[in-house]
Amino acid sequence: MIELEIQLLAVVVAVACALPGVFLVLRRTALLSDAISHTVLLGIVLVFFVVGDLSSPLLIFGAAAMGVLTVALVQAIEGTGLVREDAAIGLVFPALFSVAVILISLYAGDVHLDTDAVLLGELALAPFRRFVVAGRDLGPRGVWVMGGILLLNLLFLVAFYKELKLSTFDPGLAAALGLSPVLLHYAYMAVVSITAVGAFDSVGSILVVAFMIAPPAAAYLLSDRLPLVLLLSAVIGAHGAVAGYWLARWLDASIAGSMAAMVGMDFLLAFLFAPRRGLLAQARRRARQKTEFAVSMLAIHLLNHQGMPEEETECHVGHLPEHLLWSPERVEQIVREAEDEDVLVVAGNGTLQLTAEGRARAARAMAL
Amino acid sequence: MDLLNDLLFDYTLRTVALGTALLGLASGALGAFAVLRRQSLLGDAVSHAALPGIVLAFMLTGSKELLVLVGGAFTAGWLGSVLVSQITARSRVPGDSALGIVLAVFFGVGLVFLTFVQGRPDAAQAGLDRFLFGQAATLVERDVVVIAALGGAALATLAAFWKEFKLLTFDPEFGASLGFPIHRLDLLLTSILVLAIVTGLQAVGVVLMAALVVAPAAAARQWTDSLGVMVFLSAGFGALAGVSGALASGGTEGLPTGPTIVLAATAIVMISLAFAPRRGLVWSAWRRRRQRGRIRLDTVLADLYALYGQHGSLQYGHPVPVLDAMSDGPGGAAEALEKLAEEGWARQLPDANWVITSEGLVRAEKVLARLGREQDE
Repeated sequence: MIELEIQLLAVVVAVACALPGVFLVLRRTALLSDAISHTVLLGIVLVFFVVGDLSSPLLIFGAAAMGVLTVALVQAIEGTGLVREDAAIGLVFPALFSVAVILISLYAGDVHLDTDAVLLGELALAPFRRFVVAGRDLGPRGVWVMGGILLLNLLFLVAFYKELKLSTFDPGLAAALGLSPVLLHYAYMAVVSITAVGAFDSVGSILVVAFMIAPPAAAYLLSDRLPLVLLLSAVIGAHGAVAGYWLARWLDASIAGSMAAMVGMDFLLAFLFAPRRGLLAQARRRARQKTEFAVSMLAIHLLNHQGMPEEETECHVGHLPEHLLWSPERVEQIVREAEDEDVLVVAGNGTLQLTAEGRARAARAMAL
Repeated sequence: MDLLNDLLFDYTLRTVALGTALLGLASGALGAFAVLRRQSLLGDAVSHAALPGIVLAFMLTGSKELLVLVGGAFTAGWLGSVLVSQITARSRVPGDSALGIVLAVFFGVGLVFLTFVQGRPDAAQAGLDRFLFGQAATLVERDVVVIAALGGAALATLAAFWKEFKLLTFDPEFGASLGFPIHRLDLLLTSILVLAIVTGLQAVGVVLMAALVVAPAAAARQWTDSLGVMVFLSAGFGALAGVSGALASGGTEGLPTGPTIVLAATAIVMISLAFAPRRGLVWSAWRRRRQRGRIRLDTVLADLYALYGQHGSLQYGHPVPVLDAMSDGPGGAAEALEKLAEEGWARQLPDANWVITSEGLVRAEKVLARLGREQDE
């Protein structure tokens, strides 16, 4: 039962992170998630000092407000033109995070608000924090909280799908049509902040970044269609969560860490083997293009010498290594490929003769 | 003078301050290049990515010696930075996403190693505090020697390849066309940056190392346009932040060193952004204000000139409301007229109306000629 509950929570967290992550990746604001996941701590600390209760739902609002403030600060600093965006991020979040850490160590030493717990999270403990209403146990609190956040993310996505899509791919047009990309951006950042604060209870603020970025980036290598990218990143996130859980069980190691390792593995697999965009597919495409090019070269060569006095030597298989500067093996491979493609036929005496198809191909290649 | 006394005579504090100063110096100098090459957040990624290397180094050697751990950290951090550039170059995943993935996934793998070694799955108990936040207070003399040696090696490399790195930073295509091995230089520069970063982990920790790379450099950039000056300033700011952070946290119970150093560095950045000559916010606000004032003056003068053109007399005055109506601007025309009078370009007649003077005519013609030229362009 506990096993199942942990996996359920892990999947909910992973999917809740992966969905907003898609737009972080597409808008090239991935590292804002890193910044936000750190600075929400300051929001939590400040609200905690006011309300004095770590389980208050107000903490989430404090965190969301701080996330939005972080983004606003980054943009304000960038807007001065004195510092670029990447540097602005690198200035803002360590500073805000430092303030939070100092506040905690000076004034909240006796409260259960460990900074390393915030940074690392602890999924294994989640089932022990129950959600009890009127004496009835309704399951782990984390599942309800993250489930709510997942629902919020889904609602936001459905409600603003068109706007998000347009402002991501064509911000100029979005603005011209009267949408407010800025307002949407901040609303979206508030959603990211809420997700980050909900998730770091389970996986910690550093690994939140893995769940927000790695599944969408992997999905982005697998598909060009936004709905499919969204779906795929949710699936990859969920897969990483479950696989990570079992890896952690097997190694008796950190669950959150294993989940991050598994989504990382998923990304690596996509990076290497994605159809069309993976490294392997790229290498194959290059090899095929090389062969195609060689076949065309051969066809042009034959066309040039066909019906000429030197045809006997120039168009003979045995002479090609010399004329085209190819190795004999390469000649053999290319001739076979050309034969397969009906570009030429090999006569009994080893002379190559272009087919009609071959002549057309040579003409096409030369016309380019 | 308590602090100075401590710094001079308290051995522990002196060691710590020296260590953090050296770290700040090295990461400041190399951070200048990171910031200029838009790799500010590489520090963040590399420091997180170092975790699995540190744990593996410990697993393999059983030693907690700084040099051993730095060796592991360097290997993992370097691998992470190479992976970031490979992912960016060979797929359509944007650079910032690649950084984020490497940062978090490497860290997760490190966490798995760590909890695996300790045979306990609860990460929070695994004694990661030191790695996450650094503990400058535990620096001993031997650590300082290691820091000095590694930082020195990084800075010596920087000095030896100064010209090449400069070219790499500002015009890599030109460098390549001159026959410089740009890719290898890129790798070398990244490597010494990684070295400086992983050396600093001990003192400020993973989370805040990003600041020590970015902040001194971002501050130094505001004061100068010269790379050499910027690198020196950045190193100086880094050292200053290191020393003042170490001293402040050493003198206050429960004040963690890493975050204090970061806040010191942040303060330097804020001062620089505000007050640096020419680029600073205060400076440019003042300049804008002055420019606006001058344009306003020119406008009112041109209006007076136009009125003179209609009436042809240096004795025929015009009331302020007329001038107000002719052009809009801060403080109305009255303020500008007072200033014009001070310059001797306009004067107030006894009936309180205003008229241009003969010096004003000369000046107005000059202004209009200049505006005309600018319009032609």
